[in-house]
Amino acid sequence: MKNTVKLFARPNGTYGVRNRIAVIPSVACANHVVEKIAAAVDIADAYTHPYGCDQLGYDLELSFRCLQTMGTHPNVGAVLVIGLGCEEILPHELYEAIKAEQPLTELLVMQEYGGSTRTIERGIEICRGFAEQLARQGRVETDLSHLTIGLECGGSDFTSGIASNPVLGAFTGKLCAAGGKAVFGETTELMGAEEILRRHASMEEVFRFIDERIKAVEQVALDMHVDLRGTQPSPGNIEGGLSTIEEKSLGGVMKIGAEPIMDAIPFGAKATKPGVTYVDTPGNDLACSLGLACAGAQIIIFTTGRGTPMGFASSPVYKVTANAFIADIMAENFDLDLSQIVEGDMTIREGGEKLWNDILAVAEGRETAAEHLGHREFSLYRVSPILT
Amino acid sequence: MKRAMKLSDTDNVATLLDDISAGETAVIMDADKRELSQIIVRDDIRRGHKTAVTDIPAGTKILKYGQIIGGATRAILAGELVHTHNLESLRGRGDKA
Repeated sequence: MKNTVKLFARPNGTYGVRNRIAVIPSVACANHVVEKIAAAVDIADAYTHPYGCDQLGYDLELSFRCLQTMGTHPNVGAVLVIGLGCEEILPHELYEAIKAEQPLTELLVMQEYGGSTRTIERGIEICRGFAEQLARQGRVETDLSHLTIGLECGGSDFTSGIASNPVLGAFTGKLCAAGGKAVFGETTELMGAEEILRRHASMEEVFRFIDERIKAVEQVALDMHVDLRGTQPSPGNIEGGLSTIEEKSLGGVMKIGAEPIMDAIPFGAKATKPGVTYVDTPGNDLACSLGLACAGAQIIIFTTGRGTPMGFASSPVYKVTANAFIADIMAENFDLDLSQIVEGDMTIREGGEKLWNDILAVAEGRETAAEHLGHREFSLYRVSPILT
Repeated sequence: MKRAMKLSDTDNVATLLDDISAGETAVIMDADKRELSQIIVRDDIRRGHKTAVTDIPAGTKILKYGQIIGGATRAILAGELVHTHNLESLRGRGDKA
């Protein structure tokens, strides 16, 4: 088995599967300018989000940390921070925090530099300069243990639990055997799978952390006096054969395969231990992707039965389905069709081998369907109500 | 032949892999697609949805993957569709709090 992979070495000791430019607004007011700049440069991505202002306490801290972590993400080779100038996420502070780990970082603050047009023009110039520098950097052969892969599912149906997620579990086994890291989240969608999680937890405190996070989510439904089934499973999940959150969760947890869960971390934190780490993320696909990318995921493998096109700004999203109907109707959105596990005689093991080889190719530069179609979505995850 | 998959020995439901009509026979297979038994279904059931593989009294836990996926809100006969109309979640029930 091949045990090395060609990646981009970063000054902070991490390794990237891509070499892209992140254009990051410190506040929503800079979003349009950021979009215009990123659209003008092939390898630049717009990290637009609705926040940066009217935020307080832990919520503000988490937003700042997530933007900083995106700036220092292993797949990012250069960063341009765009600020307005009066927001709570101080653009100079964000710039300094990123620059400490990422030397190719620049800052433009609109209230200091000029209006939209001047900032866009200068931003494009800066990013074109970055692009020339990044084009001169090459990949280096390095150990597979430098890979962190995000495991995510969304738009689940009956095929997720019997085919796609078990295949992802087989992949996770290979990744962990190679010394790599796998990160998974979606706390709501672990409700009902506690017995499996308890069995997989490497230590009692790992299970306790996960169990407490699940209980906290469940308490929200109890406090609201609603049946969680209004949203979990979603109408699409129910149409696809999933009757309860427990059934959805038990299919979802197959993603980690037979591996022990080595660590459990809060949203926004980085995974540090080899093997599987749980990250406390919501089930919401975009917020989950952000949590997994912050944990260090250079690639996110996303299984779906109903079909979803979403990508992510910092990390290629690789789409898997085992639903023959959707594999056909949304063919351009998928990287791997496992429907023969349901319809024919493909085995979980064969699916796992194929997925493994594909992910190594994606790590070395092969475009995923989501990347090819320009799906590079981004948002922050807000954890407090809006006060002002 | 219409197929249904029973994922664990202790399960009292199996997932249809093909659309099936009331009165038709489904072959029940394990996760490795080995035939276990056959059942005549009592409802039209779409692929991906579940049938009871044994009679399930009201209030009984429904098991899939060998784990509890909810409770039967009424008595369910072997061969009947098992879904939101007769299977309730036991978690996140703020409506009952």
